[in-house]
Amino acid sequence: MSAPGLSIAGAPGDDFHAAALRRDHWRERFGLAALAAPALLLVTITVLLPVGWLFGLSFLDDAGAPSLEHYRRMLAEPSYGRTFRTTFEISLLTTAICILLGYPLAYFLSQLPRRAANLCMIAVLLPFWTSLLVRTYAWLVLLQRRGLINTWGMELGLWSEPLQLVHNVAGTLIGMVHIMLPFLVLPLYGTMRAIDRDLLRAASSLGSTPAHGFWTVFFPLSLPGLAAGSALVFVLCLGFYVTPAMLGGGKVTMVSNRIANDIELFFNWGAASALGVVLLVITLVVLVLAARLSRGAGLFGAGH
Amino acid sequence: MRLAADSGEREAAIAAAPLVSPAGKALPIAVRRLSKAYGAVSVLDDVDLDVRPGEFLTLLGPSGSGKTTLLMAIAGFLRPDKGSIRFGEREVVRLAPHKREIGMVFQNYALFPHMNVARNVGFPLRLRRVPASEIARRVEAALEMFQLGGYGGRSINQLSGGQRQRVALARAIVFEPRIILMDEPLSALDKQLRERMQIELRQLHDRLGTTTVYVTHDQREALTMSDRIAVLDRGRIARIDTPRAIYDQPGSRFVAEFIGESSFLDVAVADGICRAAGSVIQAPKVPVGQRHCVMMLRPERLRILDGSETEAMNRFEGTVQSAIYQGDTLLLQLVLGDGSLVSLRMATRGDDAAPPARGTPIAVGIAVGDTVLLADEGRARK
Repeated sequence: MSAPGLSIAGAPGDDFHAAALRRDHWRERFGLAALAAPALLLVTITVLLPVGWLFGLSFLDDAGAPSLEHYRRMLAEPSYGRTFRTTFEISLLTTAICILLGYPLAYFLSQLPRRAANLCMIAVLLPFWTSLLVRTYAWLVLLQRRGLINTWGMELGLWSEPLQLVHNVAGTLIGMVHIMLPFLVLPLYGTMRAIDRDLLRAASSLGSTPAHGFWTVFFPLSLPGLAAGSALVFVLCLGFYVTPAMLGGGKVTMVSNRIANDIELFFNWGAASALGVVLLVITLVVLVLAARLSRGAGLFGAGH
Repeated sequence: MRLAADSGEREAAIAAAPLVSPAGKALPIAVRRLSKAYGAVSVLDDVDLDVRPGEFLTLLGPSGSGKTTLLMAIAGFLRPDKGSIRFGEREVVRLAPHKREIGMVFQNYALFPHMNVARNVGFPLRLRRVPASEIARRVEAALEMFQLGGYGGRSINQLSGGQRQRVALARAIVFEPRIILMDEPLSALDKQLRERMQIELRQLHDRLGTTTVYVTHDQREALTMSDRIAVLDRGRIARIDTPRAIYDQPGSRFVAEFIGESSFLDVAVADGICRAAGSVIQAPKVPVGQRHCVMMLRPERLRILDGSETEAMNRFEGTVQSAIYQGDTLLLQLVLGDGSLVSLRMATRGDDAAPPARGTPIAVGIAVGDTVLLADEGRARK
């Protein structure tokens, strides 16, 4: 409010600017909300509308009449069950291997001085600067029958016949773990960094051995980060397409590969949509569970 | 709370109320030639320190003086470059921290946020495989000692800062360690709570009789709580003595500046006669063989002269520069004849006349017995 305005209005009046101040408050609120409008519009057009359309398609049969046929077939045909089982197995295995590799790595990084940790973090994030496709092809080159790893392994006399490292579950896992690892390490590292070092000192002054202090103090406090990272990796794995398609060599059929087949080979949009809807629901359930888990832990973890 | 280390009175207090009996005799700590350097920077420089059994000793110093480093070395969290640390007869300098049996209290409380109050306090007892029923009893007794009876089931987040600090204290003493170390435990609390906790902590110490090493940068806190204070300066112990001795006879300008308020006047010594700010002054002790020294003037020892003084005074003429009313005291800032600035503090009363106006000529003095001359080592670093 400008000074001349005030002088014209003279005395503040009975409400002491209450109405005008309230108006200012709402104007500011709307201004802020308006900033989010472009993003909201984009999400509506590119995500909500297509997903809604797919959702609708999944409830129509081939003739276009409303039916639950696609879902019925998903339950009836054992091959769908196998696809979902494979998807979960691969996703769980990838998440488990990422935890085994990523937890010690994140712990190591969290104990380094901040500068050194930042440098190492760049190394962890470096793969993000290359395209997913390039990284997957690189693994193909490394892992194939006459690839770098088989050639070197045999030249060094470690094994005599070329190992089957790709076009199977092993190849898929290697590629997926490599791509997913940073998604686990990043949130985990953040959580570990935030753990006050005096807590471990306190534990040891009270008589805890370093190992006991780790399991009773550090590990429980790192769980929210572990839950967040694992959920992220697991959910990303559920819908992963490129790497299983290329490194699995057709032997590893995950839900996303099946969706692609339904559309590209059979032009069955209804079946593909139904698969998409089921995958989306499963993903949402996993995310809600993970959020509840890490919030439960976070409730206690926020104590400073 | 207590200016003189009145040991007789304290021992009587310990004997009267042993609520938690000290585990055996209190241990002395002996530090010898302890050194630690980071590159070319020496943080601890051949430190010798003796903490007597049952003593409350405070390490006081500005930041970077090495006080926390020394405490961390005693706790075992920092590996010194060389030196010896003994708890009683036992050499501990290479002993892992979890084997040192010390109760430690941290600046940020360091309470385990994923455990409730009772599990925090019971942590050291569970480690020592104390039976569950006894753990419950001892945890509750320790909490009651800090007016936290019945708080066992609370989560740490539900506690205020003062309550957290009490839980941290309960956890540090519940396993009856023979040495307690505290690293600025009250610095996160507001002033009023801090002053109350200082007195509580001192009473706790009187009751337990455990050897305690306390780190602070707050000189007033050190004066309030300690049996003895060790003033650290650049990795060395500049002075170690009782609060009263250090306050009245700081021995060096650094210590005088660091503990309490004071003004300093340059003193010229010629033929055994000392002159400062245009006046000839007398002092019980004059540094020998020096032509310059400094005179320490504590504001509350300086008085306005009205001719009624009975003891011998060192007298200075000056004018009032400002008078600041601070409730309990009136702070006068004066300019002396040679331009040097000194402060004078006097207690206020309800019927005080108006304070002297700026520019009023004034005569002030300090008793010869209170006059302290210190070797001039240049301005000390605050």
